[in-house]
Amino acid sequence: MTAILELDGIETAYGDSQILFGVSLRVGRGEVATLLGRNGMGKTTTVRSIMGLSPIRRGAIRFDGKNIHDLPPHRVARAGLGLVPEGRQIFPNLSVRENLTATARPGGPWTLARVLELFPAFGERLDAMGIVLSGGEQQMLAIGRALMTDPKLLILDEATEGLAPLVRREIWRALAQLKSEGQSILIIDKNIDALLRLADSHHVLDKGRVAWSGSSADLAAQPDLQHKYLGI
Amino acid sequence: MGARFAAFAILALLAAVPAIAALLDQPFYLDIFGRAMVYAIAAISLNLILGYGGLISFGHAAFIGIGGYAVGILSVNGIDDVLLQWPAAIGAAGMFALLTGFVVLRTGGAHFIMITLAFAQMLFFLFTSLELYGGDDGLSIPHRGTLAGFKVLDSPVALYYLVFAVLAGALALSARLVESRFGMVLRGCKSNERRMRALGFSTFRYKLAAYVLSGALCGFAGALLALESEFVGPSVLHWSRSGELIVMVVMGGMGTVFGPLFGALAYLMLGHFLGDLTKHWHVILGPVLILIVLYARGGLAGLFARLGKRP
Repeated sequence: MTAILELDGIETAYGDSQILFGVSLRVGRGEVATLLGRNGMGKTTTVRSIMGLSPIRRGAIRFDGKNIHDLPPHRVARAGLGLVPEGRQIFPNLSVRENLTATARPGGPWTLARVLELFPAFGERLDAMGIVLSGGEQQMLAIGRALMTDPKLLILDEATEGLAPLVRREIWRALAQLKSEGQSILIIDKNIDALLRLADSHHVLDKGRVAWSGSSADLAAQPDLQHKYLGI
Repeated sequence: MGARFAAFAILALLAAVPAIAALLDQPFYLDIFGRAMVYAIAAISLNLILGYGGLISFGHAAFIGIGGYAVGILSVNGIDDVLLQWPAAIGAAGMFALLTGFVVLRTGGAHFIMITLAFAQMLFFLFTSLELYGGDDGLSIPHRGTLAGFKVLDSPVALYYLVFAVLAGALALSARLVESRFGMVLRGCKSNERRMRALGFSTFRYKLAAYVLSGALCGFAGALLALESEFVGPSVLHWSRSGELIVMVVMGGMGTVFGPLFGALAYLMLGHFLGDLTKHWHVILGPVLILIVLYARGGLAGLFARLGKRP
C-alpha cells in the first residue's frame, strides 16, 4: 500500500516547551489509522503540525508524495487535507448550508446532496444557524464541512468526545461508510473498542514519541500495552 | 422578513421625498434626506467589513474625505464631469484602502481600531495643512459638475435621485455580496479566522478585498457628499465622523443588509429633530444608543425582524 501521509521524525515546540520529539508514522492510501495516547502526549500537536498550524522545527511531512511542512495552513488544506478539529469549531454565524458550502471545493466528488445522504439528519435543518445545533449535530457538520473540501485524507481530532452514545454510533457508522468508499482517515479518539473495529493501524504516542505502532489485531492482543499507554 | 419590509417602506418614502418637499414647500427636506442617504451609503460600506468581517475600522471617515477631496480638487482644476470625478474618487479611496490595508489587516482587535484611526488622523492633518486646497477652511466647489456633459446636477431633485440610485445599488451589492461565497468566507473569518485558513482559504486576501471594496464605496459616498454640499473640508474626515459611522452601523444592526440604512437615517433624523430642541442632543442620543445596544439585539434591523415575526 502506498503512503498518503508520512511523518518523518517531526519535532514541534510551542515557544520553549517542546512537545514532539521525533514522531514518525505513515498512513496508507485508503487506510484508517489512529493516534492513541493519554492527554498531553502530543496527539493534537501532531495534527496541528500536519496541518501547518504549528510549524515543525525538525523532520519532514510528506503528503501524497510532496513535502508539505513548509506550507502555510491554507495551502496544506488545499493539498487535500481535511481536518475535523477538536471542539468542532463550526461557524456559529453561518447557517448549516453555508457552513457546508462556504469552504467547499466545487467539481469534486463531494456535494451537498452526498453529505445529506451520509447525515440525513441535516435535511430539515439546512437553514438553521450553526450556533443552535447540538454537539452531535455540530460534529456531523464539521465532518461534512471537511468532506466538502474533497480531502484525500480526513483527519478527526477527538471524533466522538462528549457526545451521547446514540450520536457516537451515528458517527462510527458514517466513518465506516467512508472507509468502505475508500476514504483515507487519520483519527484520534478514546473509544478503543470502536477504533479496533474501524481502523487498520494504530500509533501510540507517549511523551512526544511514537511508542508503538501496529495493526488492530496486534493491539487487541496486548492488553498490557493498552494499560501502560492508554490507561485502560 | 420584517426588516426587509421596513427597508422597502423607507426606500419608498425616500423616493417620495422630492414630491413631499414640493407639496409642503420645504425644499430643505431634499438636503436632509439627501445627506442621510449619502451617510447610509458610507455606513453600508463600513458594515461590509465591520458587520460581516468583524473588522472595527475607526478611520472610515478618511475614505469620505478622499472621495470628497478628489471631487473638490478636480473641480477647482476644471475637470468637472462626474463621470471623471467619480472614478477618481472611487479609485483614490480604493488605492488608499489597498495600501493601508496591507498594514492594518496584519493587526486585529484593539490594534486594528487604533491603526485605522491613526491613518485617518494622518490624512486629516494632511488636508488641514494643504493650503493650496483650502487648508483648515476647506474647499468650496465652484459649481456642480456635469453628467456626461449634461448640466442635470444643478437640479437638486436630479441629484437627489442620483444619490437614491447609488444607495439602492449599494444595498443590492451588499445583499448579493454577503450571500456569495466571498461573503460566506468573510463571515466565517469573523467567527473563526484560523478555522477558515485550516479549511484552505488565504483569509488575508479576502479581508483585503473586502477592505478595498469598502473603502472604494465609502469614497463614492464622499464624492456624493461633496457634490451635495458643494464643499469639502477636513471636518468630513475628523475622527468623530468615523465614530458616527460606527454608531450608525451598530444602531441599525451590524451584519444585516438593511441595518446601515436604518441606522444612518435614525441617527441623522434623531440629530436633526432633537437638535431643534436642544443643542445638547447627544445627551439624549447616548442613552438611546445604550438602550438599543442592550435590548435590541441586532439593532433596529433585529427589532424590525422581531416585529415582523409577531402575528
